[in-house]
Amino acid sequence: MLRIEDLRINYKTKLGMVRAVDGVDLYLDRGEFLGLAGESGCGKSTVAMSILRILPDNAEIANGKILLNGNDLLKMSEKEFRNIRWNKVSMIFQSSMNALNPVMRINDQIAEALIIHKGLTKSDASKKVTELLSMVNVEPSKAVAYPHELSGGMKQRVVIAMALSCNPDLLLADEPTTALDTMTQIQILELLKNLKRELNLTMIIISHDLAIMAELCTKIAIMYAGKIVEISDLKPIYGSPLHPYTRKLINSVPSLRGEKKKLESIPGSLPDPMNLPKGCRFYPRCDLAMDICQNEEPNLCEVRKDHYVACYAI
Amino acid sequence: MSLVMQSSQPGSNSERLLQVKDLKVYFSVETGFFAKLFSKASTYVRAVDNVSFGVDKGEIFSLAGESGCGKTTLGMSIMRLVEVTSGKIYFNGTDVLSLNRKNLKKFRRDAQMIFQDPYEALPPHLTVFDIIGESIDVHKLASTYDEKMDLVYKVLEDVRLIPAERFIDAYSHQLSGGQRQRVAIASALVLKPKLIVADEPVSMLDVSVRSEILNLMLELREQFKLTYLFITHDLAVARYLSDRIAIMYLGKIVEMGRTKGIIETPLHPYTKALMSVVPVPDPFIDREKRIILSGEVPSATNIPSGCRFHTRCPLAKENCRKMEPEMVEAEPGHYVACWCI
Repeated sequence: MLRIEDLRINYKTKLGMVRAVDGVDLYLDRGEFLGLAGESGCGKSTVAMSILRILPDNAEIANGKILLNGNDLLKMSEKEFRNIRWNKVSMIFQSSMNALNPVMRINDQIAEALIIHKGLTKSDASKKVTELLSMVNVEPSKAVAYPHELSGGMKQRVVIAMALSCNPDLLLADEPTTALDTMTQIQILELLKNLKRELNLTMIIISHDLAIMAELCTKIAIMYAGKIVEISDLKPIYGSPLHPYTRKLINSVPSLRGEKKKLESIPGSLPDPMNLPKGCRFYPRCDLAMDICQNEEPNLCEVRKDHYVACYAI
Repeated sequence: MSLVMQSSQPGSNSERLLQVKDLKVYFSVETGFFAKLFSKASTYVRAVDNVSFGVDKGEIFSLAGESGCGKTTLGMSIMRLVEVTSGKIYFNGTDVLSLNRKNLKKFRRDAQMIFQDPYEALPPHLTVFDIIGESIDVHKLASTYDEKMDLVYKVLEDVRLIPAERFIDAYSHQLSGGQRQRVAIASALVLKPKLIVADEPVSMLDVSVRSEILNLMLELREQFKLTYLFITHDLAVARYLSDRIAIMYLGKIVEMGRTKGIIETPLHPYTKALMSVVPVPDPFIDREKRIILSGEVPSATNIPSGCRFHTRCPLAKENCRKMEPEMVEAEPGHYVACWCI
């Protein structure tokens, strides 16, 4: 359904060119929940913004294709793309608590999207709003509330309802539960799981939290410094991770269950995006680095069925 | 409750560094003119409501709970950063709440705090040397510039900011989140404190950096015989780090005990629920049944009668609505306040 080919995105800054996304390939079938994981600054949010074509002005798509059901989103005119945005692809933003308009009742905010994108009349839109709010378990009495009258979890539900209002094929979620308490977080995760079953949703979840990914996703892509270094179904990533970065990342997360192990840490920090290493980007922090890693960049290879990894050391 | 705890807590033969007894921290709520005129009772936020616990020397004690449960206020009141309404705090046997200015300064050398947000905790116009140097100056730990320089070098190496000369003249915006948190730790550590109160020190950091800081904290405890009061909402982090955990709900400790006991055999229905909803970063572990609590945490200005958890408790009975449960020792060293045990 979604296929991204060799996507490259640069940010122009005063200090120089930042290669935020540098040759990303991804594909996603209908009904899949893809987790795009990585540390902050690895380019994961930039990928999501490029799918919705809402990159900031100083970003430039240098190369690549984003195909949704076979149509290249990057080739469309802005007018054509308006039929895609929110109708086919919508997004739950990271700071969605602040994404709501504080001076508008929530039913009006959701209705606005429906009237603009679907061309519904006011009364049809308000019927649909009631439906949407009950789908995300917000009491009908809250429909006329202003955002400040709702708790964080409620606001997040409203934002999800808004993202689903035009029945999109693809939903992007950027850190959908980061600012929430544990109890609320699980309520939102359960909601997303149920919606996936009921609506056969396809979703990309962007997060640095590997625990949430393990609960929700069917497939995981690990990003490092603008590149995908490993991609596979959920279980192989956690059970037998191949890339040294993935392995360290997974072993650095404390768990409440299972045996208590010493957490691994990854020495050093992400490479300077203006001055990336010549060979493998993880080379300066890698235990398994060899000579070839310093000079040549590894490509994603299919090592097992549907399990791709970019590393020379395996 | 405090008497019971003092006599039979685990490790009571080792030395007690911090003892908190029946601590209450209430904030009065500003009400409007008419509300003041027509109602006599003022409204209070009961942020910390009768809390007692003790921390032994060399121990890592975690206060865990959801936002708004009072864990940060409790930490700040121990540092005397907020006014205490009633109760006692003993540090190494001395009464912290009755310290005069001079002794308070000495206490603040022995007890240091690390804050949640390393991006805001460091002043942006000062270099690392200035930030750590300020701690040294305030407590007059160095008489010459060279002595001060030596202390700063040494502490930067202690928090593994190596080589120290690379960091010593840096401003905080030139450092990564993990490096900033190390500088914050260094400026506490340079005073050779006995107790460090750490308020969510890793919650703003990336996963890989988080584990580095947690491991550093563990290493520093060994090296400098530190004691930590660790405040967190993340039970997985609390499990990794601490010797004992206290679970807070609406200003009260509802359960307290050794980490293993709390994690593996939680007794309070709130602890059980909280434990069951923590995402597990391992798809191979079978998920236990989730206990998802309905509703929201009640407001701290209007705490429910009886057991304050009864409005959301799946086991609540008539008794729970009327009487507040006392903390009892359900198993050796494992305390819980619930009528259903």
